This record gives sequence, structure tokens and C-alpha cells, in this order.
Amino acid sequence: MSLHALRRWLGANALRVYAVIAFAYIFLPVAYVTVFSFNDGGKSNIVWRGFTLDNWSDPCGAPEVCTALGNSLKIGIISTVLATVLGTMIAFALTRHRFRGRTVTNLLIFLPMATPEVVLAAALLTLFLNLGVPRGFWTIVIAHVMFSISFVVVAVKARIATLDPRLEQAAMDLYATEVETFRRVTLPLVAPGIVGAALLAFSLSFDDFIITNFNSGAVNTFPKFVYVSAARGIPAQAYVIGAAMFFIAMIIVAVGEVLRARRVPRG
Amino acid sequence: MSGDLRLQGVTKRFGAFVAVDDIDLTIPQGSFFALLGPSGCGKTTTLRMIAGLEEPTSGIVHLGDLDITHLRPYKRPVNTVFQNYALFPHLDIFENVAFGLRRRGVKDITSAVNEALELVELPHLARRKPVQLSGGQQQRIALARAIVNRPQVLLLDEPLGALDLKLRRQMQVELKRIQTEVGITFVHVTHDQEEAMTMADTVAVMNQGAIEQLGAPIDLYESPRTTFVANFLGQSNLVSVNRKGAEDGVVVADCQGQLLHVPTDRVTTDEPAFLAGVRPEKIHLAEPGADPAGMSAAGSNRLAGGRIVDVSFSGVSTQYLVRMPWDQELMVFAQNLGVGQRFPAGGAVDLVWQREHTFGLVGDRVAGVA
Amino acid sequence: MVHVPVPTSDHPPSPTAGSSTVAATAPRGRRLTPYALLTPGMLWLAVFFGLPLVFVFLTSLYVPAPSGLAGEYVPAMRWANYSDTFVEYLPQFGRSFLYAGIATVLGFLIAYPLAYAIAFKSGRWRNLLLILVVAPFFTSFLLRTMAWRQILADEGLVVPLLKTLHVLPEGMALTASPIAVVAGLTYNFLPFMTLPLYASIERIDPRLLEAGADLYGTAFTVLRKVTLPLSLPGIVSGTLLTFIPAAGDYVNAQLLGNRNTTVVGQVIDSRFFRVVDYPAASALSFILMATILVLVLFYIRRAGTEELV
Repeated sequence: MSLHALRRWLGANALRVYAVIAFAYIFLPVAYVTVFSFNDGGKSNIVWRGFTLDNWSDPCGAPEVCTALGNSLKIGIISTVLATVLGTMIAFALTRHRFRGRTVTNLLIFLPMATPEVVLAAALLTLFLNLGVPRGFWTIVIAHVMFSISFVVVAVKARIATLDPRLEQAAMDLYATEVETFRRVTLPLVAPGIVGAALLAFSLSFDDFIITNFNSGAVNTFPKFVYVSAARGIPAQAYVIGAAMFFIAMIIVAVGEVLRARRVPRG
Repeated sequence: MSGDLRLQGVTKRFGAFVAVDDIDLTIPQGSFFALLGPSGCGKTTTLRMIAGLEEPTSGIVHLGDLDITHLRPYKRPVNTVFQNYALFPHLDIFENVAFGLRRRGVKDITSAVNEALELVELPHLARRKPVQLSGGQQQRIALARAIVNRPQVLLLDEPLGALDLKLRRQMQVELKRIQTEVGITFVHVTHDQEEAMTMADTVAVMNQGAIEQLGAPIDLYESPRTTFVANFLGQSNLVSVNRKGAEDGVVVADCQGQLLHVPTDRVTTDEPAFLAGVRPEKIHLAEPGADPAGMSAAGSNRLAGGRIVDVSFSGVSTQYLVRMPWDQELMVFAQNLGVGQRFPAGGAVDLVWQREHTFGLVGDRVAGVA
Repeated sequence: MVHVPVPTSDHPPSPTAGSSTVAATAPRGRRLTPYALLTPGMLWLAVFFGLPLVFVFLTSLYVPAPSGLAGEYVPAMRWANYSDTFVEYLPQFGRSFLYAGIATVLGFLIAYPLAYAIAFKSGRWRNLLLILVVAPFFTSFLLRTMAWRQILADEGLVVPLLKTLHVLPEGMALTASPIAVVAGLTYNFLPFMTLPLYASIERIDPRLLEAGADLYGTAFTVLRKVTLPLSLPGIVSGTLLTFIPAAGDYVNAQLLGNRNTTVVGQVIDSRFFRVVDYPAASALSFILMATILVLVLFYIRRAGTEELV
């Protein structure tokens, strides 16, 4: 291709080229984590020593990795269930009912999202200190539920907003009581939003560091483990878990997309 | 099982805004009834109060002997066809139509659903999803979903609004056919006066929360009793006149120096000043002072001194706009009969029409008359 | 309610915009439902978010115990705690906001063209690309940041390349530097900037852009006069969603910085766990939160948009 043709092609496709570069930038650390999960680096995974599958075959090889991972998963699941239930209830109350004190409610829901994590962390710790509550597994759960509720509310509210109220009116017109309407029309249609909110809450919980760090006492979670190991050397197994998380999440997303495409056949 | 639908003193207020203002209405069982009016006149609110989706601020709604005013929608033997169809997107067509039957615990759902789908001529779509159907098909499924429950009253909220003209005409015929076949009371809300007049046995014209006039389409058209009805259904020429006296069965009124005769029973007011009206298609054009072609001057009203300012030929008819000496422009529709005079623009004409086609209305600002 | 003339649908203005009219006519028992739905979640937030903030405020005024024991504090009303900590840690405050500010600007510069490309140039790949923007978040935040530390290390990929291109002077390192901290912040909060920008840009009617091209000629002017103003709500959301957490972040500073790049978060952390000084830590937290709130309010008022969430 002549230089002139190349210049013209670039001019027309500048944005696309940029997007490719931007995505390369976005995925660089992920690629790094994946590559180094195969590194024969032993305890301190900094310099490339050689390709090995040992880390993947024995992801719990490094001490504490799997304990931390296990805690993160348990905390994630418990806090997700709690936050999703509480948040969904709030979202329905906000969009479908009239009540007094709406301004205060909105404030209390949206303020946590506008507060820096370190302030949330410190505040909660201050509460526990003043009340003499020892920090451990359950204080982490409490903290995670606290900051996830707001996100669940926003996500579910957005989904409810797409729901045509006339569908529920049609259901009642067709002999469905309020409860039946909720069960057979509202809930199925809002469900994708609730699932999305739950996934969001789980990822927020699993990846949380600052708030967890302040309120966990001696209990280890995966992010905390990585942070603490940063000084002496992060074991390759942690990279394995990081890469695995990424691929599992991508698979879930892919499955979700395929299911969605299948449910609405073109035609 | 049977019963007329009766609304008595029904009012609906939203804060300070009165959407429906103390209306009384009796809809005979088995009739095709239309609620006609412009946007915001309260017709949909009235419909929703019959359905139970709104509760009246005051007033009573009766279905036969049953007082349904405060009954929840799922307790009423009434079903609605919504404006945007409101088909459940997550259920297929069969389940959509079966929805009401399932809630009521009906035993043999399959045959009832199939019968309903046959009625609207779409049995082959049973397993599709609503999103895969065209607008017209969705509309028919919405109808099937309501009718399959054999309600005592079927409510239709501007169901044909989203369809293109040809489809709308088709569906108007379809709906009429189905109503006759099934015998259920249909209450049809629309802003399209042509639709209401072609489909309904009885039409109620609503404006600003109140019923202006109620009756058979032809009565509403030929004998409007308010300026709103005169202008909303078809078009009217309205001129300001002053009562001069009465002859036998006729009111004599002065219109800018010319005398008009209006049958007494077609004048709805006793005021000395009122509006005399006549429909454009009833008027014949004549050479000044002469009789119009094919019509005798006896028993007719004449307004002389007009000048044609616009001629529009539209195939079926020719529309003339005639400016009168007092600067008011009147409309005349001349049917295209192939014979008879054609009047050129700029020519002088007299307007002549049969006296019994005249009506007299209260003059008010809504008339839009100069 | 004012009589709305000729609404497009025949549905009258309801006094409760957004709520189903069916609820408005619900029987008595249902009036309790909203409160039943709200209470558990709101209670949780009140106790674990609202109450702690009260405690932070109270604790920030405590003084050391008369016993003189380290880590012991007693309730008091020492307002001077605020001025003391503010003055002492002014550099950290300054750095928190400076780094966050630069990261926000850089994030905007990187994200805007990307969001634009996804909105207008991606065709059927749009959903996939949006997911890819967020995908790195599926790995651990800390691992990503650690990865940058390795990537920016002297033996990593970037530094030798920049040195060969003579962009980076010999002897200078990128890790353990403010540049690395800002780079980390920019990277980690990129999705928070990209997605709101995308949402706003995507809503722009492409015909407006065509009209702009018709009127203004150069692509740059269209960008300046049409696209940017129309995407303002997204710009406001994106910058806020980036700046607020970035100003409070300290993980990037800890992992990618050095002793001279400490930010407020690190001080708060150390005052809780290493040098036990709860009043100072609380005061710093409160100042941080208050400052951010004030900045946000100013910003919102200037930008003029009301809907953010």
C-alpha cells in the first residue's frame, strides 16, 4: 500500500485504530497476570523463569492463598444474598409506592456511593471500636452488605424503570391479584436486573480491599492476601486465581449473551 | 350474567385537576359504544374507572345489579384491550391468551385459547413471542386475550391508534364483526370521529371531562347540540344570528341583514343571539339571485353576496371556500357528479340549502367563529 | 396540579409521577407495604453507614487519656484536632487531590475517544466492547496494580522502550514514583469514566452530528460545538465517579509510590493500625469527606446537570 493510501486509511479509521490501542492498554495487566501465572517463579513471581503448569495444577500450593480465597468466596456469597434482597426491596419501594421521607431515603442510599472507601472504612471501624465489637468475618460481611446495597438499588431501579406499568395493569385486568401479578409478570421481567445487581454486588465484595482491610481483624481475604504479600513477593498461585477469575467471569458473560440471543430469535 | 353498564355522577379528580366531571352514562348490554373526544378529555380515565384501574373520586359504577365502583380489577367481569397492547413479553402467544383463564382456574384452557385465536384468525402464531409479531397481529392477540375470558364488558383503549390507515380500516370491520358474533358489550375509546361513527351503535362525545352529547352517530352528525360536537364531528359552518321572530315551527333569525329560517326543534337555546349552522355538503352554490342547479328555492335558506376565494378538487368532491360580505369564510363541499356547474375562483355566488339542514347552537368562544 | 393542555396520551397528569396508578387506589393494608420493604435495608444503612459517620465525628474530637497510655482516648470536644491534622497533613491532602485530579483528566482524555468509538463505530460488536471495557475488573484490583508495578519496573516492558526512544532520561525509574501512582489511578478508574461517557454519547442523535458537519465543516469544530456539549451529563457523571474514589484511594499510592508520595488514605490507615491515634484518623476522614462533598457540590452547580444516577 502506498504511503498516501495508508495516510487516507488512517484518517478514516483513526478512531478504530485508537480503540484497538486503548483496548491493548486496558488488557495489558490482565495479559501480564495470565502470562505470569504460568511462570516458574516460586514464591516471588517477579522475574520470568520459565513456563510451567505447576501453579495451575496446584493453586493452593502457597500457604494462605486458599484460605483467603475461601473466605472471599464465602463472604461474597453471603453479602451478595443479603445486599440483593435488601436492595431489591428498597428499589421496589422507591419505584412503586408513595411514602414520606423520600428525600432522606434517597440521601441515605446515594451518599455511600459518593463517599470515598477510606472514609467508609474508617467510619465503620470507629463504630466497632466505640462499641467494642471485635473485627472478623462477620464485620467484613456487614461492611460489604453496607456498600453493596446502594449499587443493587440503582441497578434494580434501572431495570424496574424499563417495565411498562401497563403490563401489571393488564395482569390485574386479567384476574391476577397483586401477589399473582408480582409473581407472574413483575418478577420475571425484573429478574435480569436483579441477577445483574447480584453479580455486581459479588464482584464488589470479592474485589474489595480498603474497607475489608480496616474491618477484618485477623481474617484474610484474597485482596488482603495480595496486598500483604506485595512486600515479600506474591506467589504465582495468586496470579493463577486472578487469571482464573477473569476467565470464569468471561465465560459467565458469554453464556449470558448466548442465552439472551437465543431467547429472542430474530424473525 | 347480563346487565347494562351504568355510571352515575362519576367524577375523578387528580389534585386540583378534574379529569372526569360528574358524568352519567348508561351503556346497553350487547351494544357497541364509543367514547369519542380529543386528547385529555377524560375518555381514557372513564374507561379505566370501568376497568378498575382507577377509582372514582365520587359516583357509582354499576354492571347490571352489581356495584363495581370499588372492586379491584381482578374481581370485575371486565377486560381491557390496551392502547399499546401490553402483551406479556416473557410469555408466548398461547400463554398470553391463556393468562386470564389460568388465573381463574378454568379447566379446559387449550380449546378456549384455540377458539379465541381462530376468532382473530391467528392460530398459527400460538408459540411465537409477542416481539416477533407485527403491530396488527399484536393488536388481534390483545383482543383474543381479552375476549377469551367472555367478559360482560370489553373495553378498548384506542386499540387502532398505532396501525396504518389500511390496517386500521380492516380492523374496524373486524372488530365490528367480532362484536356482532360474540355479543359482548364493547366500549371503544377513540379520538378518531370517523372510526367512532362507522363502528359504534351509540357515541358519547366527551370534552374536558364532561359528555357533550350522546346518541347514534347519525343523530350526532345531523343534529349537533353544541358547537364542540358540530366542529369535532365533520365540519360545520357557523354564523352569528339574531332572533327576529317565529313562524309555524320555524325560528326566523337575521344574519347580517339576510333572513334565515331554522326549525324550532333544531335550535338548542332560547338566547336572542345564537349560532346558526349548516354542514358544507348540504350547501349548493348558485349564481347570484338564481336557483342552484337541480334544487328549488322553496323551503330553503339563502346567504347571498359570497365570493369564491379557493377551489380544491379532491376527486370525490370539490371544496369551495367562499368569503361572505362580512368577511367570514364558509366551506362548501360539492359532490363530483360529473354534471352541473363548476364555479371558478373569484366568482360571485349565493349559498343555498334546505332549511331542515340548519341547526341552532349556543354561541360560545369554543366555536372558533369570527 | 395544573391542567396540562393536550397531552400526547390521554393519561392525565398523576400527582405521583413514576408510580403505578394502581398503587394509588390500593386498599388500606397496602399503605404499610413501602415501609415494610424499606425498613430492613434502610436500617442497615442507617446503622452501618449513618451511625458510623456520627461516631467518626465524635471520635475526631477525643483527646488522649489522662492515663497517658498510648492508644487510649477519652470523649472530649477538642476542635483543634481538625486544624492540627489539617495543617500537619496538608501535603498528603494536596497529593490526594492532585493525583486524583490528574488521573481524572487523563482518564477523560483516554476514555472519551474510546467511548465515542464504541458508540458510533462499533456496529454489532458494541455490547462485546462494552463488556471488554469492564472485563479487566474481573481480575483482582490488587493484582492489576501489582502487574503495573512489574510492567513499569526497570526490567519491565515500558521503561526500556521509553529509554530507547529517549523519552525517558537514563537513570530515571518509573516505579515508586508519582508518575506510576497517577498512571495506576488513571488505569484503575477508567471504566468509571468510560461507561458514563458512553451512555451519554450513545444518546446523541447522529443526525445532529451530520447537521453540525453541514454547518461547521471541520470535525474538530463539530466535536467542540456539538458533541461535547451534548455529552455533558456523561462527562459530569464520569468525572465525579472517577474523582471521588480516586481522591480516597491509597492502594495505588502504596504499591506504586514511595515515601514522598503518601496520600491521606495511607495516613488514615497508619493512624488506625500503626500509630494508634483515633482522633487524628477520624478528623482526617471527616475532612476528606467534607472536602470532597464541597468540591462535588461546586462542580455540580457549575456543570448544571441534575440527574446523575
